[in-house]
Amino acid sequence: MVTSPSSPIAAKPVAASRSRDTLLKIIVPIIVVFTLLSAWQIGVVLSGVPQYILPSPIAAGTALVTDWGTLAPALWVTTKITLASLALALIGGVGIAIFLVQSRWIELAFYPITVILQVTPIVAIAPLILIYAPSTQVALLICAFLVAFFPILSNMVQGLKSVDHNLLNLFDLYGATRLQTLLYLKLPASLPYFMTGLRIGGGLALIAAVVAEFAAGSAGAGSGLAFRLLEAQYRLNIPRLFAALFLLSCLGVLIFAITSFLSWLALHRWHESSLKREN
Amino acid sequence: MTSPDAETATSSAQNGASPTDARRRPLVVMDQVTKVFSSGTVALSDMSLTVNGGEFVSLLGPSGCGKSTALRIIAGLGDVSTGMIDWPSSRINSKGLPEGDISFVFQEPTLMPWQTVFGNVHLPLKLKGISKAAARDEIMATLATVGLEDFAEAYPRELSGGMKMRVSIARALVTRPKLLLMDEPFAALDEITRQKLNDDVLRLWKETGITVVFVTHSVFESAYLSSRIVVMKSRPGRVHADFALHTSLERDAHYRTSEEYRQACETVSETLLEAMDGEDAH
Repeated sequence: MVTSPSSPIAAKPVAASRSRDTLLKIIVPIIVVFTLLSAWQIGVVLSGVPQYILPSPIAAGTALVTDWGTLAPALWVTTKITLASLALALIGGVGIAIFLVQSRWIELAFYPITVILQVTPIVAIAPLILIYAPSTQVALLICAFLVAFFPILSNMVQGLKSVDHNLLNLFDLYGATRLQTLLYLKLPASLPYFMTGLRIGGGLALIAAVVAEFAAGSAGAGSGLAFRLLEAQYRLNIPRLFAALFLLSCLGVLIFAITSFLSWLALHRWHESSLKREN
Repeated sequence: MTSPDAETATSSAQNGASPTDARRRPLVVMDQVTKVFSSGTVALSDMSLTVNGGEFVSLLGPSGCGKSTALRIIAGLGDVSTGMIDWPSSRINSKGLPEGDISFVFQEPTLMPWQTVFGNVHLPLKLKGISKAAARDEIMATLATVGLEDFAEAYPRELSGGMKMRVSIARALVTRPKLLLMDEPFAALDEITRQKLNDDVLRLWKETGITVVFVTHSVFESAYLSSRIVVMKSRPGRVHADFALHTSLERDAHYRTSEEYRQACETVSETLLEAMDGEDAH
């Protein structure tokens, strides 16, 4: 057979190898994680390490189920603080970035202040925030906000300033207003930068929500996972500590997945970073 | 050294192009324009140029002779240091710039990557407050004139270099401007695509009666396209020669191989060499 069109024949192996690729991408990490957990379990059982030093994965899993009543509200508190601070950071970061790029003078005047705030470790001013904030929850929110805010701000400023000069000329030529230039050119052009800021900010918001709670030393019913971590440590309830850690990891992964997905959603049709390389 | 003014005087009055007299009003008048950049570089010195309706003017010259700067000034992008620029046939807005009559095609396609072809061509109309729905017919018709009606929903990254340039041209034409300014638009394209687009631009020029100012450093391109050629000298940029280019032939593939075209190229080439010779002695 010589003349049959080659493409349908060629297509099949390509499709097959692609689905095999996808399958491998999922299966390989699962196998690795499972192997590590097994090694951990076997190691703990064989060496006889006491549970208050290193619990087995099964013990941690059991703690997750039995202590769910304690951990779930704490998880919810941490999630709320993280998301609220991220939302505030997005509004603040984008808003202030737009304000900063309005004129060279504004940028000259305010940028140093934002840099000083950025390079100061936020945990160091946490005690101060605790004094001024009306409640611990608000203090935590402010801390997490400040940490998540700067990557979004600096990425956004960078993005707003990286617009193609010829496109700016074009907008001038067509008599675009400042608002039009912002809405139709500067904001869309800085979307990739915004998405980078969002992914970094999302991760940092969670870190900050935990660290701020350590710093604030909050305790009691309305506390987040960080308090439950410390509490479990004091009580040598290490399986619960691991369970709390696991929940924090899950939250982090979830935030990462959501922000990555949003980024893909916004950019996949046009931006290089979201395109698959063909060659 | 040729005095710029001596030749300018005869040029625009009698160009070989088809447009009727009614359209042959001055669209742009540059009078002794000097442009000094903030770095101190004198980009243009005492440049005078009048572009009349219906002309196809090529600004030709070596790199760095200020032809792009001149084009930007004609577009109203950037101030002049001394001298005067005026658009006698245009409505002048509050910023002292002509409103809606001028379009610009840059050396790069300069498309918004996040917009489809349709969205990119819609831009000038959107900035005037015309919605997508209201502009649809106009946009599709303009896309059809550049042969891209089937690519309205494509994103720029899915197009070839030549197609991107066509989108850029469609965007420039969608407002039906009087004056189309093109800054070495095809310099980055391969020869075949370039010839095709040259033919497209010529066709659009004939069909729409639009006035074109075309910056190029290619002798062949300028000789093929122009009804008038302005040769510039560098350091500082100024007009060296300004002459009409007559042809009895239709400008098409046959013209490219004709004796007349060869002669036109020779004339233009010699003038350009003169301009560059002078520069060495300068």
